[in-house]
Amino acid sequence: MSQRGRDQRGRDQGDQNTRLLNPLVAAGIGWATLVALVLVGLFGLWGAPPDKVQGDAQRLMYLHVPTAWLAYLAFFVTAVASALYLWPRTRARVWDRLAGVSAEVGVIFTALTLVLGSLWGRAVWGVWWAWDARLVTTAVLFFLYLGYLALRRVSGDPATGAKRNAIAALIAFIDVPIVHFSVNWWRTLHQQATVFNPALNPEIHGVMAATLWLGVLAFTLLYVFLVDRRYRLAALEDGLDDRELDRAIAARVGEVQTTGVS
Amino acid sequence: MSLAGEVMLVAGKDLRIEARARVTVSQVLPFGAIVLLLFAFALDPDRGRLAAVAPGLFWVAVLLAALLAIGRSFGIEQQNGARDGLRLSGIDGAAVFLGKTVAIGVQLLALEVVLGLGVAALYGVDVTSVPVLILAGLAATAGLAATGTLFGVLAAGLRTRETLLPLLLLPVITPVMLGATRAFESGLGGDASQAWPWIALLGLFAVLYLSVGVLAFGPLWEDT
Repeated sequence: MSQRGRDQRGRDQGDQNTRLLNPLVAAGIGWATLVALVLVGLFGLWGAPPDKVQGDAQRLMYLHVPTAWLAYLAFFVTAVASALYLWPRTRARVWDRLAGVSAEVGVIFTALTLVLGSLWGRAVWGVWWAWDARLVTTAVLFFLYLGYLALRRVSGDPATGAKRNAIAALIAFIDVPIVHFSVNWWRTLHQQATVFNPALNPEIHGVMAATLWLGVLAFTLLYVFLVDRRYRLAALEDGLDDRELDRAIAARVGEVQTTGVS
Repeated sequence: MSLAGEVMLVAGKDLRIEARARVTVSQVLPFGAIVLLLFAFALDPDRGRLAAVAPGLFWVAVLLAALLAIGRSFGIEQQNGARDGLRLSGIDGAAVFLGKTVAIGVQLLALEVVLGLGVAALYGVDVTSVPVLILAGLAATAGLAATGTLFGVLAAGLRTRETLLPLLLLPVITPVMLGATRAFESGLGGDASQAWPWIALLGLFAVLYLSVGVLAFGPLWEDT
């Protein structure tokens, strides 16, 4: 085996770490996600009784609340991974990738939360959108992380790019509480919240609460599953450029050698 | 050299470039003014509607002009290897951040004064509390300049910086937009006492992002 061949193999081995989770664990989570989602569908559509006030429209809650939870979880993971990347002792490519992957999943599910909320709002409030504090905060959150993803997409030198992305993620993250606070203040100074007023919000019990918790569990599993898959894809994408270049160079060198010998 | 000296040096450099090239005065300011006219076209100017929403329109105009000023602040570093020169000068990253923030802040304040007079003249607003307007304007400008400088350097040197900067900056400064508009509503015909919580929020935002900038600007400035 040539020196170059051995180098190549060594590098491939070093870059084999394209998985976040053990394949067996990942497969288990995949199946568990599927089962949990099917159960949420069954309970959400048939198992749980219709709401006394809102009727069947309330069933959207079994998806809406879990998607919102998933989005917050995803952005939290992005922030933690970014901080770990910036901390010199824990700086590793895995945190940068995880931050980006998690933010992608988070943005998609923030959009889903907004769409589901909008559908529910049309059915219950009669409008697609209301300037409620939570709605506005969620919309701002969506754009905050959309900007972060746009920044990530601009390619450059990987190391400086990763540091820049990590700082941007943290800047976005510390903005979330201030946005939440200011929007809340803005909407409540003029009018008291009616729909989300805790005193008016009925407690939920029994099958409805169980379905909701099942939804949260199912979407948490879904989050882990999606992040794992997307991470693998991102790692393979990163490896593709390097490997293709190496392969092309190797082929070219071989070509030159064979023609040189003859 | 002390930190304050370095800050003034960087701010002085940026402002001197502006004084000679006059891009803010001859391009950004007229842009802000024409935005004020556009609002009058978009809304009905006859029924006092403009006066009612003047605070919001004023800050939207300032914000749009600020995006241009921030882009310009990092545009001047791209030419003639100015960025490398500044990096080689041995000035601390924190001082570069604060200096550029001061320079952008001074330009924004000048913009706000002119646009504010324009709003007062064109939209017919009543001023009830000048101190509220001044304090809210100063606090909002500090927050705007700090976040702008931070995202300016984040986007600097990237191929799509012109389009990336607004997308990154606008969601982050939602609280500034809300706080400044509400405070100005109180100072322009409203109850002035209601402005103080918002001014406090603007101050908090400014302090927070000035601190983040002092910490984060160095690594961004050295690497990218």
